[in-house]
Amino acid sequence: MEINLILNGKKIKAQIRPDELLLDFVRAQGCWSVKRGCETANCGLCTVWLDGKPVLSCSTLAARADGRTVTTLEGVAAEAEAFGSYLAEEGAEQCGFCSPGLIMNVLAMERELSNPSEEEIKEYLAGNLCRCTGYMGQLRAIRNYLNRKGGETNGENR
Amino acid sequence: MFSAREYVKVNSLEEAWELNQKRANVIAGGMMWLKMGNGQKGTIIDLSGLGLDQIEESEEEFSVGCMCTLRQIELDPGLEREFGGVFRESVRHIVGVQFRNGATVGGSVYGRYGFSDVLTCLLALDTYVELYKGGRIPLGEFARMPYTRDVVVKIIVKKDKRQAAYASQRNTKTDFPVIACAVSRKADSWRIAVGARPEKAEYICLDGTGKTAEELAREAAACFSYGSNLRGSAEYRAHLAEVYIRRLAKELGKEA
Ligand SMILES: Cc1cc2nc3c(=O)[nH]c(=O)nc-3n(C[C@H](O)[C@H](O)[C@H](O)COP(=O)(O)OP(=O)(O)OC[C@H]3O[C@@H](n4cnc5c(N)ncnc54)[C@H](O)[C@@H]3O)c2cc1C
Ligand code: FES
Ligand code: FES
Repeated sequence: MEINLILNGKKIKAQIRPDELLLDFVRAQGCWSVKRGCETANCGLCTVWLDGKPVLSCSTLAARADGRTVTTLEGVAAEAEAFGSYLAEEGAEQCGFCSPGLIMNVLAMERELSNPSEEEIKEYLAGNLCRCTGYMGQLRAIRNYLNRKGGETNGENR
Repeated sequence: MFSAREYVKVNSLEEAWELNQKRANVIAGGMMWLKMGNGQKGTIIDLSGLGLDQIEESEEEFSVGCMCTLRQIELDPGLEREFGGVFRESVRHIVGVQFRNGATVGGSVYGRYGFSDVLTCLLALDTYVELYKGGRIPLGEFARMPYTRDVVVKIIVKKDKRQAAYASQRNTKTDFPVIACAVSRKADSWRIAVGARPEKAEYICLDGTGKTAEELAREAAACFSYGSNLRGSAEYRAHLAEVYIRRLAKELGKEA
């Protein structure tokens, strides 16, 4: 079947299988940042944005992207690199396999929540598992990144 | 992940229903649960073009389209205002934001999973399921029905001035709950749902007149059956249910 979508700002027309997962589709389009982790909707490694909202591409059919906008890390490379430098500064990556999914969800959180508290950050990122770091470095990096323009993350969302 | 021969984004509920009468075909909600299955399917039936991804509010009720995501019911200001955060509390522990942006209310209700926070929460409210052929039936009745090949169109939650509260316990964050409890009250008339026992959620109604929160909780918790699995024993679940019902009753203003 044929789908038409915008992938990382580019209009695309593609032939897909009816049962093709969005994960396989974006990787076939060269978006290698998107990782296959658990494949059971638990780990968040496969996070991409569908119309700007973070979703699990391992559990989303490519056909559902028809007529919509898909963004992967490749589509927000400058922002991803900026946040990535905060991760590096805190030693918050070891194998780095979880980073693309984490970065996509942190950038989605930045757009959705203004000034999130530590609890709100943890809740938003609960679906991003990391087998290496123990999360503390990631949390420091996120806080530093969100506070980069001055101010404090203190939770004014609710 | 299963394989499928065709994908049809339907133009009407009638088309969806007709396609769904064939056993090999399957309606796709958010696909979170379905994709864990294997084997060969015929046609994947997609309802996403029917505008069923809206939460509508009238004087009497909320109507939640089957394609609304769990994230939508978590964040909906109308549901939050009317039911005091019970929806948010019931779904916020389910895996993560990305997951809840995908999983649908229709798939969650149709599935009637034992561990379901969504079913437990909805059962404590005056909730109905609108089926394409079967019409509107109380959720409690739907939960007990055998699986059929009808289409879940909407979930209706009545605005009957009920106050509600929710609590669940998990062994680790984002895991399935060991127990899930939802309690609602209208004056001293109480409706209590317990899920993840680990059987699917059921509810009971109790009159709270002349009872303390402790007495109400003891009586309510004793009305349900509990089982054991790797997450917890039947005894542990029975104990947790009583504790959480008591806490929720107090949260809703029942005197100690
Ligand atoms: C890893 C994981 C963890 C989970 N943890 C929890 C948890 O802690 N608490 C909790 O409450 N839930 C949990 N769930 C369940 C989840 O919240 C959803 O209930 C479940 O994924 C089904 O929703 P879906 O939209 O993905 O449906 P699908 O997977 O798309 O469909 C599920 C079933 O419903 C049918 N269906 C879908 N829509 C309709 C419709 N409109 N009419 C008729 N039939 C329909 C499908 O054919 C299928 O049989 C978990 C699921 C997974 C995969
Ligand atoms: S690979 Fe998608 S959630 Fe793990
Ligand atoms: S750094 Fe290895 S999984 Fe996160």
